[in-house]
Amino acid sequence: MTLSKIPPASGRYPAGGLAFPHRDLLGIGQLERHEIMFLLDEAEQWVELNRQPSKHADALTGLTIINAFFENSTRTLLSFEIAGKRLGADVVNMHAAQSSVKKGETLIDTAITLNAMRADAIVIRHGSSGAVALIASKVDCPVLNAGDGQHEHPTQGLLDALALRHALRKRGETADDFTGLKVTICGDILHSRVARSNILCLTALGADVTCCAPPGLMPEGIEAMGVKATHKFEDALEGAEVIMMLRLQTERMEGQFIPSAREYHHLYGLTQERLVLAADDALVMHPGPMNRGVEIDSEVADMLDRSIITRQVEMGVAIRMACLEVLTRRGRGVEGWADTPGTSQTGETWI
Amino acid sequence: MKQITPLTITGGKLVTPEGVTEGSIRLVDGLIETLGDIKPQDGDEVLNAKGALITPGLVDLGVFTVDKSACHFGGITRVALMPDQAPPLDYRARIQYAAYSGKPDLWVHPFAAATRGLDGRDLAEIAMMKDAGARAVATGRQWIADSGLMLRLLRYAAMLDLVVVTHAEDAAIVGEAAATAGEMATRLGLPAAPAEAEALAVGRDVALAELTGARVHFRQVTTRAALDLIRAAKGRGVNVTAGITPAHFMLSDLATVDFRTFARMSPPLRNEEDRKAVIEAIGDDTIDVIASGHDPRGPEDKRLPFGDAAPGMAGAETLLPLTLTLVRDGVIDIARALELLATNPAKLLNAPAGSLASGREADVALVDPQKPWIVDTRKMAASAGNTPFDGQPVQGRVLVLLKGGMRV
Repeated sequence: MTLSKIPPASGRYPAGGLAFPHRDLLGIGQLERHEIMFLLDEAEQWVELNRQPSKHADALTGLTIINAFFENSTRTLLSFEIAGKRLGADVVNMHAAQSSVKKGETLIDTAITLNAMRADAIVIRHGSSGAVALIASKVDCPVLNAGDGQHEHPTQGLLDALALRHALRKRGETADDFTGLKVTICGDILHSRVARSNILCLTALGADVTCCAPPGLMPEGIEAMGVKATHKFEDALEGAEVIMMLRLQTERMEGQFIPSAREYHHLYGLTQERLVLAADDALVMHPGPMNRGVEIDSEVADMLDRSIITRQVEMGVAIRMACLEVLTRRGRGVEGWADTPGTSQTGETWI
Repeated sequence: MKQITPLTITGGKLVTPEGVTEGSIRLVDGLIETLGDIKPQDGDEVLNAKGALITPGLVDLGVFTVDKSACHFGGITRVALMPDQAPPLDYRARIQYAAYSGKPDLWVHPFAAATRGLDGRDLAEIAMMKDAGARAVATGRQWIADSGLMLRLLRYAAMLDLVVVTHAEDAAIVGEAAATAGEMATRLGLPAAPAEAEALAVGRDVALAELTGARVHFRQVTTRAALDLIRAAKGRGVNVTAGITPAHFMLSDLATVDFRTFARMSPPLRNEEDRKAVIEAIGDDTIDVIASGHDPRGPEDKRLPFGDAAPGMAGAETLLPLTLTLVRDGVIDIARALELLATNPAKLLNAPAGSLASGREADVALVDPQKPWIVDTRKMAASAGNTPFDGQPVQGRVLVLLKGGMRV
């Protein structure tokens, strides 16, 4: 199969392995702007492949990828599994519920065990912030963070950027970054790793980000991350070109952080009436799974010309393929990469 | 073991509350006999201090483990043991056992748990524990959330003339928080609580101290707002005192970057503004005590995700040198440093030690305040090397330590 690879603009990033000098992908926070652009550009070829009838590449043939999920996940796990398989890798999934984690094995011992199985890449989701970095410091292969506590979910940040890029391109925009784009992120910013990765990714690419949440769900000092913050949804919507709604974990929230899901919808639900406040053709995003009728109304979620929620899911596979392919280049001895070792983030500083 | 031969230390610089004077000190029968411009008597053992500081042995107000080698390295001759043991020190036999656990060369003054099981619900048998050797009552790592119980505790402790050592963080605000709310915690995605949780707790307990006349010691006061409350209360003559650990005047929450669990403390490290407020408060006498909070923890407690890791650091070895940074920065003088490290904590414990004066216990250290060394987590005397100061060059080392006139 021939793929019309989109050629990167010359000088957009350094040659070979210097384009991505990290061993792991632990967070957007560790990335430079051009490294984000590099991953997004790399994903384009996989977007194209995924739209072919035969969706198979053999870049990772013979490699073993372990998806170690210490927290329940359906969508992200499936997305990573499909990504690995489409690249020809042997993918195995480890669910915490079935693992010795429940038997009191420490995280470090689990990491050492995974390492001993000689995986070529490990994808990890864990409920504690920093847990993935901790595991990464104990293994010899690339580690991909699939969500750690309330810290980061880097592939989500990247896939949202890619989905946004594609939607803007479809409208005739030619720029590949988001300079001056007005993005509003609304919902439980406090507990959301998706919000953090998106804030870092979008601001790195030049977007103007506004965060909106009720007081109890807005983290202190969020402005220091280069965003505006408001409690008033209507203000946040004013002129927004992109509206990113976050999932509200109603079962954990009601009575403590917000009075009720109904009242949350009253103040922060994205309805058609509220959507009018935003820019004329504002795009609507949601990382899923959605609570229809809570943070977003069905009519809005399903608007064909505005909602890019399903496109986000589609881009998720492509982004994860790109991340897996790029991170395993050193291990596979790809020319120009084998001689520029990726540095692990934490190896030095952790005990 | 009791001191048999009198010992005279000559040629040193005596550090007393009045200041630093050149002189000698004579120790007889485990007590300080005389000091100043004196000569050794016939039959005395003589030790030449060669210009070193002669200081009282440090009294460390609030450690979580009796860690003799770390204490001796750091010049500590007495520790107050927190009641947060397994099982808690809420029963007189446990107090008695703890009180003997360091003898002869490290005296342990156990804090009696204020409530049974330290669960903040029922008063423990404080009077019995006092008779078994407890010199203070402590709420442990926790704040007593029930204000009515706290009121009754303070009244009871006042009757027994015991100081109540309390942890000041409003528990409902703090919850499961592992960090102070702010940019760093937000970036790291750590569960965080606003620093004002401390001022709220201090405010209530100052009011209760004022109401009951009880002596209340806030083990660590780490924020400007809470320090202002303490300062004002002292101005009104309320019987409150405040302590701090070096981590809170040396570090801010920036030290938790990369999820460094060795910088997880309780209360959590604050922002730079609060750190500066702590230094000010040490300088203007609002803070009375500097303690190590010594809590050595191995990898099973620390090599975990930040939020799951245990708070605390191994601090006994670095207590003196880190306090001496305040002397070098001109915040305090050396006499005041020893007041914070020895005299004031001994006073709170009502222990006949903590200063160089005739009739006091002969707990004496010879200190070279300039001697440079590097903190190395792999080479510590403590039972675990969990210090956020790994690799930090420091100055000040104990050369000789005497407990009751005997060299340790």
